[in-house]
Amino acid sequence: MLKRIFIPLTGALMVLGLLYVGLGLDSRSLPSPLVGKPAPAFELESLEDPERMITEADFIGEVALVNVWASWCSSCRSEKPYLMALARQGVTIHAFNYRDTREDATHYLAADMNPYDTIAFDPQGDAGMEWGVYATPETYVLDAEGIIRYKHIGPLDAQLVREEILPVLEKLEAEQS
Amino acid sequence: MNQKPLPTHLRHRRTAWTGGLGTLLGALLIGLMLASPAAALPVGQPVEFETEAQEQQYQKLVRELRCTVCQSETIYESNAPLAGDMRRRVYEMTADGASEDEIIDFMVQRYGDYVRYRPPLQANTVLLWTSPFLLLVAGGLVWLQVVRQRQQVANHGELSADERAALERFRRGE
Repeated sequence: MLKRIFIPLTGALMVLGLLYVGLGLDSRSLPSPLVGKPAPAFELESLEDPERMITEADFIGEVALVNVWASWCSSCRSEKPYLMALARQGVTIHAFNYRDTREDATHYLAADMNPYDTIAFDPQGDAGMEWGVYATPETYVLDAEGIIRYKHIGPLDAQLVREEILPVLEKLEAEQS
Repeated sequence: MNQKPLPTHLRHRRTAWTGGLGTLLGALLIGLMLASPAAALPVGQPVEFETEAQEQQYQKLVRELRCTVCQSETIYESNAPLAGDMRRRVYEMTADGASEDEIIDFMVQRYGDYVRYRPPLQANTVLLWTSPFLLLVAGGLVWLQVVRQRQQVANHGELSADERAALERFRRGE
């Protein structure tokens, strides 16, 4: 009698458990194979100055963020205040302007403030593919040697900056000194 | 969606006109694209290769790579800009003579194993590959168990003298 109840009950509980875990998973948060690898090579024009070429070497040298953004991307707008705050704290932020036009991107930066140190202009998503970009916005953390140490897909928010970005940056700064 | 249906004669005129324009535009686009597919390849864009093998490789790969933005589509069906970029990259690499494995490796290095619609058998996918068979075995065991129990009931021989007496008493309502 006990077995009659026990077996279906464990079965049902197992299914419920799987559903609970499975449905709770965020299908967007995919592990990036690039974490732990060197910053991929690219060569693109600077957003501000088409004469100036930017390569991965321009992103390397100190602990820095690399942010992928576009003027058409509304969640980029929502994370901009956090990038501004990080820039004000002295964090170096490089960027890819992804699948955008120079005109729109310049407007976007002029209308508000510009948190970026270096902006590479990537209208065809060429560097985007090298960097495994899914969708804007995305944020990478590079260490001083140019190794990707962290990647976040989606907009930054206060909690994420406080609990993930800043600790990673602090850890890398500490490693360096 | 909510348009009123046009009178038949107008509808015919309209389709003929847009159809003609479509063909013209299409031809123009194809011409442009074949010349240099520098931008992302739109969905359904015909591509041309030097050899039949390259064509087959392209057609196979675009159906095996997942668009990582729109996660339940292959890059063959997806309209997302990223899928367009990926199709273009598969096209370029194929045209340059890259092998199937080289192209898949290229994508996996950048986007992870998730881009493959056919995941490889490796440590973290063992359960994925074996679970259907494990479930089959589990189901088989349950089935065996049930059959055995039924047999036990069926094989329960004749009633004993005591049992028969008890049954008689029940029948009489004592």
